[in-house]
Parts: sequence; C-alpha cells; structure tokens
Amino acid sequence: MLGNHAGFILASYGLSALVIVVLFVWVAVDGRAQRRQLADLEARGIRRRSDRRAEGGPE
Amino acid sequence: MRLIDYANPTRFLSLSAALLPWIVGVTVVLFAVGFYLVFFVAPADYQQGETVKIMYIHVPFSWLSMFCYMTMAASALGTLVWRHPLADVSAKCAAPIGAAFTFLALATGSLWGKPMWGTWWVWDARLTSVLVLFIMYLGLIALQETIEDPARAAKAGAILTLVGVVNIPIIKFSVDWWNTLHQPSSVFRAGGSTIATSMLVPLLVMAVAFTFLFLVFHLMAMRNEILRRRIRAMRMIEAAGVE
Amino acid sequence: MSALTSLFVREMRLATRVGGGALMGALFFLIVVTVVPFGVGPDLNLLARIGPAILWIGALLATLLSLDRLFQADRDDGGLDLVLMGETPLELVVLVKCLAHWTATGLPLVIASPLLAIFMNMEPVAIGATTLTLLVGTPALTFVGAIGAALTVSLRRGGLLLAILVLPLTVPVMIFGVSAATAAVQEPVPFATPFTILAALGLFAMVLGPIAGAAALRHAGD
Repeated sequence: MLGNHAGFILASYGLSALVIVVLFVWVAVDGRAQRRQLADLEARGIRRRSDRRAEGGPE
Repeated sequence: MRLIDYANPTRFLSLSAALLPWIVGVTVVLFAVGFYLVFFVAPADYQQGETVKIMYIHVPFSWLSMFCYMTMAASALGTLVWRHPLADVSAKCAAPIGAAFTFLALATGSLWGKPMWGTWWVWDARLTSVLVLFIMYLGLIALQETIEDPARAAKAGAILTLVGVVNIPIIKFSVDWWNTLHQPSSVFRAGGSTIATSMLVPLLVMAVAFTFLFLVFHLMAMRNEILRRRIRAMRMIEAAGVE
Repeated sequence: MSALTSLFVREMRLATRVGGGALMGALFFLIVVTVVPFGVGPDLNLLARIGPAILWIGALLATLLSLDRLFQADRDDGGLDLVLMGETPLELVVLVKCLAHWTATGLPLVIASPLLAIFMNMEPVAIGATTLTLLVGTPALTFVGAIGAALTVSLRRGGLLLAILVLPLTVPVMIFGVSAATAAVQEPVPFATPFTILAALGLFAMVLGPIAGAAALRHAGD
C-alpha cells in the first residue's frame, strides 16, 4: 500500500511520533514534578506574599 | 475581556485548566480525521508516488516552525512593549517546542529527499532556510539557559527574537538568491497553487491538527513554567526566613 | 557631537595601546587563511576558486571573535553605567563604538586581505573585488555582531555564545559578499547586482545594530 519507498514513509512518521511523544513525556513529567514541589512547599506552610495578604497579613 | 485581563497568572492557570481538555479533544479528533484522509483517501502523486505521504507531515512541520517563531515574536513584543507578565513565559516555553518541530521539518525533508533526489541532504533553498532557523532556535535557547536571572534572560531573548524576525525575510531572500545562482533547476517543487484539492484538504486538516498540538504543548509548558516561578519565589521566601 | 568625537578618540586609544589587541584580529585572519591549504591541499587552481570564500570566512570569524569585549570592558569598569545615565543617545554611542571598533580591527583585515589573497593564488581582478566587498561588508558584520555583544554583555564567557547568536544573522552578508567577489571573475551575474545588495545590507545593519544593541544594553542594566 505504501509503494516501494515504504521505509522512508514509515521512518518519517515514526521519527515524528517519537519526537512528539518525547516532548509530551517531558512536559508531563516536568509538570508533575512542579506540582509535587509546590504541594511540598505548601505542606511546610510556606505561602506566597499574595496568599498571605489575602488571608489578612502574616500571622 | 481584554488581553491584559489574562495577565494574572492565577487566572491564566484556572482558565487554561478548563480549556486544555477541550483542546486535547479537538486535537485527537483532527488527527483521527487527518490520518484517515492521508492513508485511505488521498491519492498517490503521479510523479512522486506514495512518498508524497511525507508531505502531509513535512509541510505542517515547516509551517509550525514559522508559526512558533511568530508566536515568540508576538510574545517578545508583549515583553518589551507592554511588559505583559505572561509574555516572557510564553516566549520561553515556545522555544524548545519550536526547535523540536523545526528539527522534524528538517528530518522529514531529508527522508523525503532521499528517494526523490538520491541524497539525504541537498543545499536546497527551502531546507537551507529551515536549517538557519533551527540554528536560531538553538541560539535563543542557549541564550536563555545561560543568563541566570529570569527577567533579564526574558528581555535578552525578546530582543534577539525581534532581531531574528527582522532578519528572517532577508535570510530567506538571500538563500533563495544564492540557491538559484548555484542550482538553476530545483527538483523540489511541492507546488503551492498547483496542488490538487484531493491532496490539499488532507494537508490542511493535518496542518490544523499540528497547530492544535502545538497549542496543547505550549499551554502545558506555560503552566509548568508559571508553577516553576512560583516555587522559585516561595523558596526565596523560605530562604529569607520570612515566616 | 564633541562627546561622540571624544568617545571615538577614547576607543581608538584603548584599542591601539599595549594590551588593546587591535591587531590580534588581523593575526587571527592570517592564521585562518594559512591553515586552509593544509586542510584542502595546496592545489593552486582550487585555492584560486575558493579564495574569496576563505577570505570572507576568515574575516567573519576574526570580526566575531574580537567583538566579545566591545561592551564588557566598559561594564567592568563602570563606564557603561555612566553612558547609560548620560544625555547622549545610547544608539549613537553604540554606533560610534562600532565605528571605532571597526577602524581598529576591521580595517586592518581589509588592508591585509590583498596580501593574503596572493597566498590564495587569486587573480588581480578577484583580489580587488574581494578587498572591495570586505571593505563594504565588514562594517555590517561589526554592527550585527554588536547586537550579540550587547546581549551577552553580562556573561562571563560570552564569546562562543556571541558567535552562535550572530552567525545565522550574518548569512546574507556572507552570501552577497562572496557572490560579488566571485562575480567579478566568473560570468553568470554582473558584479554590481550582489555588490549593491551587500551595500544595502551594510546600511541596514548600521540602523538595526545600534538600535537593538542599545535596547539590549538598557535591559542588561536593570
């Protein structure tokens, strides 16, 4: 179905899929790491200045 | 709502969280339709045979390599002129994605060229311009990685992006001129206006699908970057001992 | 204008004194051109054909490598802050600094190029054409390079990064410079076509370089 240059077609689609999957995994893993660190910091009671102001200043 | 209303990162986070599933859904549907059209509907080219299937991803990649740079240029204007707080996040996150798509444009172009030209690489005007663009992406990423202070890195990157935008048409023109000088006949003519409708429709669907894919990655990366900056600020508060 | 004139004189004095390194660029140029025959072989016909390209690449590298200290020295000794606070437009300051830098390091390259062209076995017409294109083209390289120098001013090792950032932007200058130089001896294009475009690129870089460089310097400060 892909003719006698099937290798090149499959290689280009395969390579594109690979790069896009790597990009996706990288973004997803990075996002998970950031959310974990943020949760960790919040669990230790560290607030951003804007959050503290919203709660009526630092205790 | 004006654009400045999205300047609040918290509002951007909630808005993008609400929008992302929809955009992902549209992307998936577009790719399903696109792949069906490419592999089951689109005809083989009478000259290039089935290798023309590579065009359906190669052309969107080269389109995205430009689109992504234009996104960065718009963000660079936002950083320098309006000092929009999300603009430099947007520019910084678009750079690696743009570099990846530009790399894919080069790689698929090369894979398409091998059966057509008999070599992996020719110094064709189009491929050469894309190669220069790829180097510019890498330079931008290198500049942003080298300057430690995020605000300063963003401004330096924005200036370089805008200088690049001014220069890209000149580079394109000179590479075209240089190419006609050295290779009078170009084999590679994925003809813009001469393309048949049966091929144009799948191509357009694929181009829109990849643009949505870029949007998904860009939004996800921007959310990460906002969180990263938030964590950085919190670490500084922690280190300063303001508790 | 007197402020800019005295800036020019200061830059020239700094460049030509001991440790200024003005002639270092020309020396580097000589070495690049000398190394090429060891790479491609001493075939005189081949060297004559690629001679203009070699001279252009040598000049490009020599210009870029000499540029990394363009603003850094001023930043280190605090002179840059004075200039930023001063009344003279920063764009004009960058322009004058580039002109002084070109006079001190670019002009020696142009003067040396006919001598090096003899090593490359080039014909007299080609030598003249190459020297002329370098005379018009090297200022463009300096102005474009100044953008990179301003962007990397705060980095301790900006030299290599500067070259990476600037080289893609110098592609048009390179193309039309070498084309004009070879067009003088080969038939297909008249010399004037690429040469006038090269001159236009030079004028364009003269506007873009100072504006973008000044913007980068302003943002590097705050």
